[in-house]
Amino acid sequence: MALTQLPDAAASSPEQPAVVTVAGSGRRGTRSRRGGTTGGGRADGLSSRWSGRRRAGLGGWLLRLALAVVFAFPLLFMFVSSLKPDQQIFGDLSSVAAFLPIGNISFDNYAAVFDRVPAARFLINSIGISAITVLLGILVNSLAAFALSRMNMRGKSIILTLIIATLIVPFETLALPLVWWVNQLPSLTLDGFSLGFSKGWIDTYQVQIIPFIANAFSIYLFHQYFESIPKELDEAARMDGAGWFRIYRQVVMPLSGPAVATVAILTFLPAWNSYLWPLMVVQTEELRPVMVGVQYFFQLNVSWGEVMAYASLITLPVVALFIAFQRSFVNSIASSGVKG
Amino acid sequence: MRHAKKRLIVASVLAASLVASLAGCASAGTGTDGKNGELTLWTHNGGNTEELAAVQAVVDKYNASQDKTTVKVQAFPQSSYNDSVVAAAASGKLPCIVDIDGPNVPNWAWAKYLTPLDLSVDLDENLPSTLGKWNGDTYSVGYYDVALALFARTSVLEKAGIRVATIDEPWTKDEFDAALKALKADGTWDKPLDLGTADVGEWYPYAYSPLLQSFGGDLINRDDMQSADGALNGKKALEWAEWMQSLVTDGYVAPKSGADAALDLENNVSAIMLGGSWAAGKLSTALGDDLSVLPLPDLGEGVKIGGGSWQWGVTSGCADPEAAMDYLSFSLSPENIADVAKATATIPATDAAAALVPGFEEGGDLALFREFSKQFAELRPETPAYPFISSEFTKATQDILNGGDPQATLDKAVKAIDGNIKSNGGYTQK
Repeated sequence: MALTQLPDAAASSPEQPAVVTVAGSGRRGTRSRRGGTTGGGRADGLSSRWSGRRRAGLGGWLLRLALAVVFAFPLLFMFVSSLKPDQQIFGDLSSVAAFLPIGNISFDNYAAVFDRVPAARFLINSIGISAITVLLGILVNSLAAFALSRMNMRGKSIILTLIIATLIVPFETLALPLVWWVNQLPSLTLDGFSLGFSKGWIDTYQVQIIPFIANAFSIYLFHQYFESIPKELDEAARMDGAGWFRIYRQVVMPLSGPAVATVAILTFLPAWNSYLWPLMVVQTEELRPVMVGVQYFFQLNVSWGEVMAYASLITLPVVALFIAFQRSFVNSIASSGVKG
Repeated sequence: MRHAKKRLIVASVLAASLVASLAGCASAGTGTDGKNGELTLWTHNGGNTEELAAVQAVVDKYNASQDKTTVKVQAFPQSSYNDSVVAAAASGKLPCIVDIDGPNVPNWAWAKYLTPLDLSVDLDENLPSTLGKWNGDTYSVGYYDVALALFARTSVLEKAGIRVATIDEPWTKDEFDAALKALKADGTWDKPLDLGTADVGEWYPYAYSPLLQSFGGDLINRDDMQSADGALNGKKALEWAEWMQSLVTDGYVAPKSGADAALDLENNVSAIMLGGSWAAGKLSTALGDDLSVLPLPDLGEGVKIGGGSWQWGVTSGCADPEAAMDYLSFSLSPENIADVAKATATIPATDAAAALVPGFEEGGDLALFREFSKQFAELRPETPAYPFISSEFTKATQDILNGGDPQATLDKAVKAIDGNIKSNGGYTQK
């Protein structure tokens, strides 16, 4: 079936005339081609900017080195300190030894972390909560953005503006009303073999997931990306008999890899870092995420080495994820024109 | 098209059932705690392995001692514990038994989180600072208290020609100032005194309001608890504020100290440290016989230290308060109190328990802290306004340490505190 091939063909080489043939009329074809070249041109521009930077010379390198130091040294300090006993961490503070794994080095702090905190359980919780939030977030927000970008309805731009406007309300403002609200929601419970309803989502997994699926910024990112995908592709697909969902699933989404990667990372980070919300709505230890675990180390006598060991443990998945998605993440940020 | 729709429906159903199954596996507890002979107990000991184990041991003993009630422990990390309780109270999810930091008891009693205690044990045996009272009722009782002291190396004091202060003869203000001057002149320490100024939060009122009281000021007029005017911004309070500021301007104290005062003393970054009895074990291991534990200086009106640590109370929403009271009464036996004090290196609340804890017997290493607590402890004001006073006092002290005008800063704090009390109708009834 020609249609199933289409997105892949378009993705690998946007200027392929195949697009034009399916699209039908010459005029549309030209526009489509233009759309395609714009994409290509963007990529060229990007690479030429990179080579421009490559020629920046010594000053540029020094600047980059300085920035790398600023961002890498706290991580280095964290990891190095996680290997030292408390007294040595403080003793090394005033010298460069703070960044070097020297002295009394061991993994004792890591072993102690697991005695103090159910770290494995917290990690599994956070991985589950973040993964489900990301997956459902990609689905729901891309569908919303698809509707706003592709469907013919009045007031689309007003709706989009309203959605974007919600970005200015900080979460701290919404937190308390949200606690009240989730406490009123019904949840389905399984009591023996009979299904029942109980009131309140407090102290559950879903209260940590559902409120964070719909996200204005993700909708906006998807919308901007979808707008750059030529509408002629939809029209071609429709002529082949595809409906909205099929266009979404087989034309638009396969072309939106970088946007998906960006939304995935931007949804993952706050989900992984969430602290205030689980503090307010989760009471059972078995349901807590990793960030709440940090507090376990701040007793009257703080064990700093263990703090650093735990911090290293919970930073690792984030760093790994970023390295894995780095390329598409940077590409998407650069090409969608969204900075920071 | 129809095909796509069908898939969409399948996807939606899948998503919905996912939500439902998540709801299923989570504990869906509604209604109040204490039904069906099961009580929940919340503690601030998440991550505090030793104290949590001690509390769990008491609970296990109780559960084994009878078969009517089962108590279940739920631990939270200390620094977020209060927020969790307030959020739970707002959504009607408080457990039967809660852990409370002493000074918060009046506020939680006033907000009707707590119900007055009705126990079968005699609470008169307890150190006064281990009881939480408000409006004539006792709402909470603790197994222990902690005490503040000055920690230093005896060798350092001797070398600088400074007298080692004792409980009967603490340093006077002049002696203390002269000691700091001598240590500063030695040149070994950039800031000889570590007051723990980096620990912003309850540490500020706990550690520094006793200094204010030793000058003759206070956080509030305690006769009716309706205004801070005169107490927190009068002549004595101003003397305290100017003295605190001079400690910074003379270079004795850092306005923002290191993150861990005990480790800094251990590494000889500071010469004298203001710290809690909880640091004694660690410091005594590190410094051995060279460690001196001294009372705080008498700044005019006698030595004062903060009193009141973590205590236990029963919530007003508990479905079976008798069972909760029964558990608390059981838990207050001298053996249980002694076990908790041993595990946490804290001061046992009763004499009977103190006799069972090594170090706290007459003449023991730790008995000194019990004496400090008995002789010098001053409770933070027992008013529901306390949490507000605490944060205002913290802000004001920080401003003063960082060079703010003492009188103007104190006046501002008084105005805010008086305003808060007025806007809450004097916290008299609710």
